Amino acid sequence: MLTMVLKRLAMAIPSLIGVVVVTFLLTRALPGDPAVYFAGPAATPQAIQEVRVKLGLDKPLIEQFGRYAVDLAHGNLGTSLTTGQPVATELRNRLPASAELTLLGLLVSIVIAVPLGILAATKPNSLVDQACRVISTAGVSLPVFFTGLILVYVFYYLLGWAPAPLGRLDVFLSEPPHVTGFYLIDSLIAGDPETFMASLKQLILPALTLAIFSLAPIARMTRASMLAILSSDLVRTARASGLSAYTVIITYAFRNAMLPVITTLGMVFSFLLGANVLVEKVFAWPGIGSYAVEALLASDFAPVQGFVLTMAVMYVALNLLIDILYGLIDPRVRLDA
Amino acid sequence: MTDIAATPRPESSLVALLRHARYVIGENPVTGFAFALFVLIALAAVFGPHLVPYDPLASDTVESLKPPSLHHWFGTDQLGRDIFSRVVVATRLDFFIAVASVALVFLMGGLAGVAAGFYGGWTDRIVGRIADTIMAFPLFVLAMGIVAALGNTVQNIIIATAIVNFPLYARIARAEANIRRDAGFVEAARLSGNADWRILALQILPNVFPILVVQMSLTMGYAILNAAGLSFIGLGVRPPTPEWGIMVAEGAQFIVSGEWWNAFFPGAALMVAVFCFNLLGDGLRDLVDPRRRT
Amino acid sequence: MMGAPALSVEGLSVEFRTRSGVVRALDNVSFSVAKGETVALVGESGSGKSVTAYAVMGILDPAGRIGAGRAMLGDLDLVAATPKELANVRGRSIAMIFQNPRTALNPIRPVGKQIGDVLMRHGHVSRRAAPAHAVEMLRAVGITDPARRAKAYPFEMSGGMCQRIMIAIALAAKPSLLIADEPTTGLDVTTQAVIMDLINDLAKELGMATIFITHDLALAGQRSARIVVMHAGHVVENAPTADLFANPRHPYTAELIAATPDTAASLDELAAIPGSLPDLRRTDLPPCRYSERCPRKIAGCAQPLPHAPPDAAHIAACWNPLPDRTQRAMPAATVSAA
Repeated sequence: MLTMVLKRLAMAIPSLIGVVVVTFLLTRALPGDPAVYFAGPAATPQAIQEVRVKLGLDKPLIEQFGRYAVDLAHGNLGTSLTTGQPVATELRNRLPASAELTLLGLLVSIVIAVPLGILAATKPNSLVDQACRVISTAGVSLPVFFTGLILVYVFYYLLGWAPAPLGRLDVFLSEPPHVTGFYLIDSLIAGDPETFMASLKQLILPALTLAIFSLAPIARMTRASMLAILSSDLVRTARASGLSAYTVIITYAFRNAMLPVITTLGMVFSFLLGANVLVEKVFAWPGIGSYAVEALLASDFAPVQGFVLTMAVMYVALNLLIDILYGLIDPRVRLDA
Repeated sequence: MTDIAATPRPESSLVALLRHARYVIGENPVTGFAFALFVLIALAAVFGPHLVPYDPLASDTVESLKPPSLHHWFGTDQLGRDIFSRVVVATRLDFFIAVASVALVFLMGGLAGVAAGFYGGWTDRIVGRIADTIMAFPLFVLAMGIVAALGNTVQNIIIATAIVNFPLYARIARAEANIRRDAGFVEAARLSGNADWRILALQILPNVFPILVVQMSLTMGYAILNAAGLSFIGLGVRPPTPEWGIMVAEGAQFIVSGEWWNAFFPGAALMVAVFCFNLLGDGLRDLVDPRRRT
Repeated sequence: MMGAPALSVEGLSVEFRTRSGVVRALDNVSFSVAKGETVALVGESGSGKSVTAYAVMGILDPAGRIGAGRAMLGDLDLVAATPKELANVRGRSIAMIFQNPRTALNPIRPVGKQIGDVLMRHGHVSRRAAPAHAVEMLRAVGITDPARRAKAYPFEMSGGMCQRIMIAIALAAKPSLLIADEPTTGLDVTTQAVIMDLINDLAKELGMATIFITHDLALAGQRSARIVVMHAGHVVENAPTADLFANPRHPYTAELIAATPDTAASLDELAAIPGSLPDLRRTDLPPCRYSERCPRKIAGCAQPLPHAPPDAAHIAACWNPLPDRTQRAMPAATVSAA
C-alpha cells in the first residue's frame, strides 16, 4: 500500500514540474514587454524600469526561471497591483470559500447521480432509465453560468425562496470565528445555528448549479459501468448463489462498477474547477475564481498567474488522491505494485 | 458491339457513404434531427446577418429592456438593441470560433499524434510529455491563462481552445497511427519508395480522419461553451460585438430584477447549439463505428 | 426408477428475442436426474446445454423467455417460482459452477468472504462464525494453507485454485444438485482430472446429484453415469453411459462418437459431422432439427416426434434410429420410433 502511494507521488512530480514551467512561460509569453504589464497601466517609464529590475525581467530567461522557482519554494507568488497584498496571502484567504462551494456541489452531485445511475442500470428502459439518459445528454449541453442564472431567476426572483446572490453570507450577519474557513463547519463549531442556516441558504443555489453541471458525466458513467457489470460473469455467479438483491447489486456489482466512475472523477474535477470560476462570477462568491477574474479585468497579472498555478497544483493533488482511493478499493492495483 | 453503358458502374464510395448515412438516419431519427439542426445553424451563421430585422448594433434607448413582443421577438437589451437580431448574428461568430478551433486542433493534434504513433521514439515521448503537461491543468483554467497571456482577442480564444483539446486528439491519432504503422498498405507504400511524409499525409491521416470526426463534432460543442465561458468573464470578445457568452454576461445583471430575456435567449441558443453538436457526434459515432454505441 | 428424482425437466422450451429475430433455443427438452446421480449434458456449441442450465437456475439473459415446461426440484417448479423462492433455492438446494473461474469470482473481494456470503445467506451461519467455516470449506476443496488463502484475492490464484473456490462457494450450503457448466475447459489436463475428481468425491460425500455440461463426449464418458445428448435445442438421446457408447441409437450420437478422438479407433476414423446447426431463428424448422443434415433421413422424419417418458432407460428421438446392437429386444415404449 505504501509503495503504491509513494509510486503515485513520484509520478506526480513531473506533472508539477510541467505546471511550474508552463505558468512561468505564460507570463513571459505576454506580447510586448512583461514589465509594462506587471507595472500596471498607470506606470511611468521610470516605474516600469524599476519593476523590470525588481522582477529580474532584464535577466536571461533561465535565470528568471530559477528566481521564479525559488520564489515559489518560499511561497512567494508576487504581489497584486490592485490590492497591494501578496498574492499568496489573498489566495489562502479566499481558498476556503471556493473549496466549500465546490465540495458541497460535488457531494450533492454524487448523492444524486450515483443512485440515479444504479437505478437506471438495474431497471433498463424504465422511466428512471430514460430520465437518466435525458439528464446525461442535456447536462453536458447546459452552460454552467446559464444554469446558475436560471436558478437565480426561478428561485430568487420568481419564488423568493433563495436569498439574493450576493456572496457567502447575508450582510447583516458576521462570519463565524475562523477554524477551517468553511462557514458551515465553523458555525457549527461555534454553536451558532443562525449563521449555519444563513450560510447554507447562500450556498444552496451556487452548489446546486455546480451539482447540475457535474451530474451528467457521473450519472452516465455510473449507468454504463453498472450495465456492463450486471451482465458480467461475477454477477452471474452471485445470482446463481442466491445472494440477496442488495448483496448482488451493492456488494458485488456496485463496488466493481465504481472503479471506472472513480477514474471519471478526475475528469469531473477538471470541469468543476473551471466551472467554479464561472459560478463565482454569477453568485458574487468571494473565492479564488472571482479573485482571478477581477484581477484579469484590471490587467493585474500576478494574481492570475498565482491562480492558474494554485488550481493546477490542487488538480494534481486531487488526481493523486483519486488514484489512491482507487487503489484502496481495487486490490489488483494495490498488491501488484 | 459491346454496349459499355449497359454495364452498371460500381458505386462510388461517396454514394455508398451517403446511402449508409441515410440508413443510419432512418434507423435513428434523433441523428437526422441533429443533422437538420446543424444545417439550420450553419445557414444562420452564413446568411443570418443579412436576414435579421434590426441592426444588431443599433441602440434605441427608448425601447430599452422591453420584454419579448411582436416587434422584438426576443425583447430588447439595456441599450434598446433587438436581442433576436443579436442572437442570430452572434451565430456567425460562435460558429466560426467553433469551426476554427476544431480545424486547428485537428491539424495540430492530428499531425502530432500521427507522427508520434508512426515514428515512436523521441517524437512519441515529446508529444506525450506535452500532452501530459497540458492535461495536468484544469482545462478552462488553462484556457484562461493562455488568453490572459497572449492577449484578449478572438484568435487567442481559438488558439487556447485548440491547445486545451490537443492531448485528446493527439492520443486518438497516435493510437490509430500505431495500429496502421505496420499495416500492409503502408508497407507497400514504403517499399515503392514513398517518402515518410507522403505516407503519413496520404495513407494514414485519411484513415484517422473518420475516427477524429466524431470527436470533432463533440469538440465543436465544447469550443462554443469554452468561448462563451471566457467571454462571460470578460475575456476574448469585447462589447458591443454580439456573441452569446457576453450577451449572457450583460444580461446577468438584470436577472435579479426580473428582465430574464436578456440572458435567456443567448443562453438558450448556446444550449441548442451544443446539444446539436453532441447529438451529431453521437450519431456520427454510430455511422463510423457501430461497435462503440452507448 | 428408485425414489423421486433430484431434478425433473419436462418439456422445457426457451426462446430469445434478438434484433434479428426470435431464436428458438430450446424446444421441448425433457430429462431427469436421480438423487446422487451424475448426468452429463453433451452437445456441440450452440446445442442449448448451457441455456438449459441457465433456464433451470433462473438466470437467463433478460432477452430470454421460458415459453413452456417445468423444472421440478422436489416439489418446487423452478420455472413457475417467484424470484424470492428462486433466490432461496439457488445456492441452497441447487448450485452452479461455471467456465472461466477467474472471471466468475468477484475480483475485489477476498475469497474467504465470498464463501462466507453464501454461508451466511443459506447456511444459517452467523457473521462471526462465517470466516472459520469458510476456512473449513477451503480445506475441504483441497486448498493448502486455507487460513491464509481465505484472505487472498482471485487474481493471486491459479485457474485450478479459482475453480476450487467456485466449488467451495457452490457447495457451501450443501445443495442436493450441482450443475457444472464446462468446469474444466481452459484448465490444463492434470488440473482437469484433479478438479473432476474433487467434484465426484464431494458429490459422493454429500449424496449430491450432478449435471455435468460439456462438449467433450470422452470426458462425459469417463465421469458420468448417464449421458443426455443435445442437438440444436433438442434432446436427441438419453442413455446410461456404457449403453450410449456401445449402442448409440440416434445418428447424431453415432457421428459424435466417431468424431471424438478418444473413442475413435484410429485417426483415420475421425469423422467431421456433416452439415451445420440449423439457424434457430427460422420459423420453418422441421420437427427433427437434425433431419436436414442426417444421412438416415426418411420421409417419416417430417412428422413431429412423440414425447417419451422422461425416466425411461434409453431414449432416442428418432424415426429411423440405428439398429439395436444389443440382442435384447427393447420395450417398444422406451424408443420413440414406431
